[in-house]
Amino acid sequence: MLKLIKSLSAAVLLSVVTLSGAQASGGGVELKSVNWQHTGLFGTYDRAAAQRGLQVFQEVCASCHGLKQVAFRTLQDLGFTEDEVKAIAKEYTFEGGPDDDGEMFERSGKAFDKFPDPFANEKAARASNGGAFPPDLSLIVKARVGFENYLYSLMTGYEDAPADFDLTEGMNYNTYFPGHQIAMPSPISDEAVEYSDGTKATVDQMSKDVTVFLAWAAEPKLEARKHMGLRVILFLLVLTGLFFAVKKKIWSELK
Amino acid sequence: MSFEPKNPVVKWVDTRLPIIGMLHHALYEYPTPKNLSYWWTFGSLAGVMLVVQIVTGIVLSMHYTAHVDMAFDSVEHIMRDVNYGWLMRYMHANGASMFFVVVYLHIFRGLYYGSYKAPRELLWWLGLVIFLLMMATAFMGYVLPWGQMSFWGATVITNLFGAIPVVGESIVTWLWGGFSVDNPTLNRFFSLHYLLPFVIVGVVILHIWALHTTGSNNPTGIEIKDKQDSIPFHPYYTVKDLFGLGVFLIIFCGFLFFAPNILGHPDNYIPANPLVTPAHIVPEWYFLPFYAILRAVPDKLGGVMLMFGAIAVLFALPWLDKSRVRSARYRPIYKQLFWIFLIDCIVLTYVGGKPAEEPFILIGRLATAYYFIHILILLPLVGLYEKHKPLPASISESVLDKKTSAEEAGNA
Ligand code: HEC
Ligand code: HEM
Repeated sequence: MLKLIKSLSAAVLLSVVTLSGAQASGGGVELKSVNWQHTGLFGTYDRAAAQRGLQVFQEVCASCHGLKQVAFRTLQDLGFTEDEVKAIAKEYTFEGGPDDDGEMFERSGKAFDKFPDPFANEKAARASNGGAFPPDLSLIVKARVGFENYLYSLMTGYEDAPADFDLTEGMNYNTYFPGHQIAMPSPISDEAVEYSDGTKATVDQMSKDVTVFLAWAAEPKLEARKHMGLRVILFLLVLTGLFFAVKKKIWSELK
Repeated sequence: MSFEPKNPVVKWVDTRLPIIGMLHHALYEYPTPKNLSYWWTFGSLAGVMLVVQIVTGIVLSMHYTAHVDMAFDSVEHIMRDVNYGWLMRYMHANGASMFFVVVYLHIFRGLYYGSYKAPRELLWWLGLVIFLLMMATAFMGYVLPWGQMSFWGATVITNLFGAIPVVGESIVTWLWGGFSVDNPTLNRFFSLHYLLPFVIVGVVILHIWALHTTGSNNPTGIEIKDKQDSIPFHPYYTVKDLFGLGVFLIIFCGFLFFAPNILGHPDNYIPANPLVTPAHIVPEWYFLPFYAILRAVPDKLGGVMLMFGAIAVLFALPWLDKSRVRSARYRPIYKQLFWIFLIDCIVLTYVGGKPAEEPFILIGRLATAYYFIHILILLPLVGLYEKHKPLPASISESVLDKKTSAEEAGNA
């Protein structure tokens, strides 16, 4: 029994080492590491940060990036009231229809709508961005090696290119982007937004906030998941303990 | 304890279809060696995982859309809008990994204790068939969410068939249902991904039938000789397996609830794009050893043949291993070789996840060579020349020996 546990834990350890080794790719630069409130066993999203992050997204990123998987109604998860959500949705217009005459019309957004794409299609997006395509940000945090830390590092990683670096015309130097040349100009500058809760809008602060918001956008069920997980595992621990006791009892009757 | 039902309904059914008697037989009359260790739990765990995959898979299918324009979004719909959809999807995705963990441990258990030897050759073969079907199922399942790795993994793997001389190209076109991985490919993969698990269920039934015909092997590798050596499956192994299941579920839930994406690849959260090739195309971790073998050969056809060969040689194991002793417990040299072989497989897994550059190419080649050397050369030779330790006269003697030596150790 002890031997089995030993070999099993050795196997788990080995495979984790193997896998983490196998997956460590990326730009080769070590990312900045932030202690996010929502990581860890009990972590929950920092509501205030996520709300500020929504503001950064709306006022800065949304002119180039979509967030098409996220419905306005789900913003209630972040502590917005139903009315606030309706108000946020209303800021956007959508094509409705056809009406009884077969005409399409414009209508304002409803809570069930999802964030609209800023461009009609990929070609239009590329045309406005010097040929580069700004990806949808709904899943961006889960879609990059390094997750939150990558996004935060990217946002704060704009620098002047080293003298010997051959930067293509129209590109920008970013320490953390693979290859260091990114078509997106540094999106965030100091005071780019004005926070209503009085938080000082530094590049660092806004980068953290938008990262928390996009982490939530990518994994909105994180809190429900961990909450259920703790209960399930606690239950399983008790149940397994019982099984162990019963097993001991039944086997002890065997000569 | 032969089956004589008292309940009239049971009796009525059983005289017409002796199914309850069959179950009774499997649970109470099937004599099980009394010395099975926890390494014998993984078979029933694999069965549990198959059921988990089928149940979660059926629920996912109710909400999933197999179309290139909608598949990715439909998975996100499951993750966000479907009640407990995230739970089903993470259970299914992590469940596939857990299924492979369990089956790999199950296979290595068989290698260690010589469970593939006569009279269990067919049992071993059926297990390998299940393994092959699982690989096909998991490969096609991974294509369904239609992320970047789905698409490019499917492209790389299906292209392998193009290496077959003369008909290769036509076979690939036939597999794709067109001239690239596209909507017809996704549709047929979904259809087959739904079908194959039920084929697996069928083979599992044969596997268990064969098992109940030959009886379980055990850590000593010697057969049951008399009543002393065996106990009924129920309640002894039902309760032992339940305890094992509990421990396993805790580990499974650890991944499922606290690190559901750690075994996946971030690129699969990027929608498939035939115009953008990912920097490194890597399959799921459970395919990495075979991927390493595939890439160990510079020639495509050679690589493909070696990869399939890696599994084919396992079918020949009952004849390659010449030793008449089953369990590595009594085979001092084979025991060392077993652990080296295991490490070799871990090295292959590691290399399979690395880009094709030095030093990984060289390591991959050496590890691949060793894989085949172990099975094709060392195993037959060791079987012929190894001097095994004395075998206990019976299972119960070995159990008694163990007990007394433990007591002596305790008294000392
Ligand atoms: C002026 C338009 C524009 C704005 C505003 C903008 N982006 Fe981008 N973004 C782009 C373009 C173009 C790309 C593609 C870059 C490339 O592929 O080189 C991009 C790429 C990205 C990427 C992907 C990087 C990678 O690893 O592939 C992320 C993440 C990102 N943007 C986040 C943001 C965030 C967060 C904001 C708001 C704070 C923002 N962007 C604002 C144009 C913009
Ligand atoms: C042998 C058992 C099975 C294995 C090993 C397996 C494996 C997988 C894998 C690896 C994925 C990709 C998960 C992801 O990354 O998202 C997947 C997806 C899927 N599977 Fe299965 N599967 C099995 C059985 C089934 C069955 C029986 C069904 C249907 C009845 C099913 C339906 C689906 C569906 C609809 C998806 C797409 C949704 C998604 O990607 O999450 N699976 N499967």
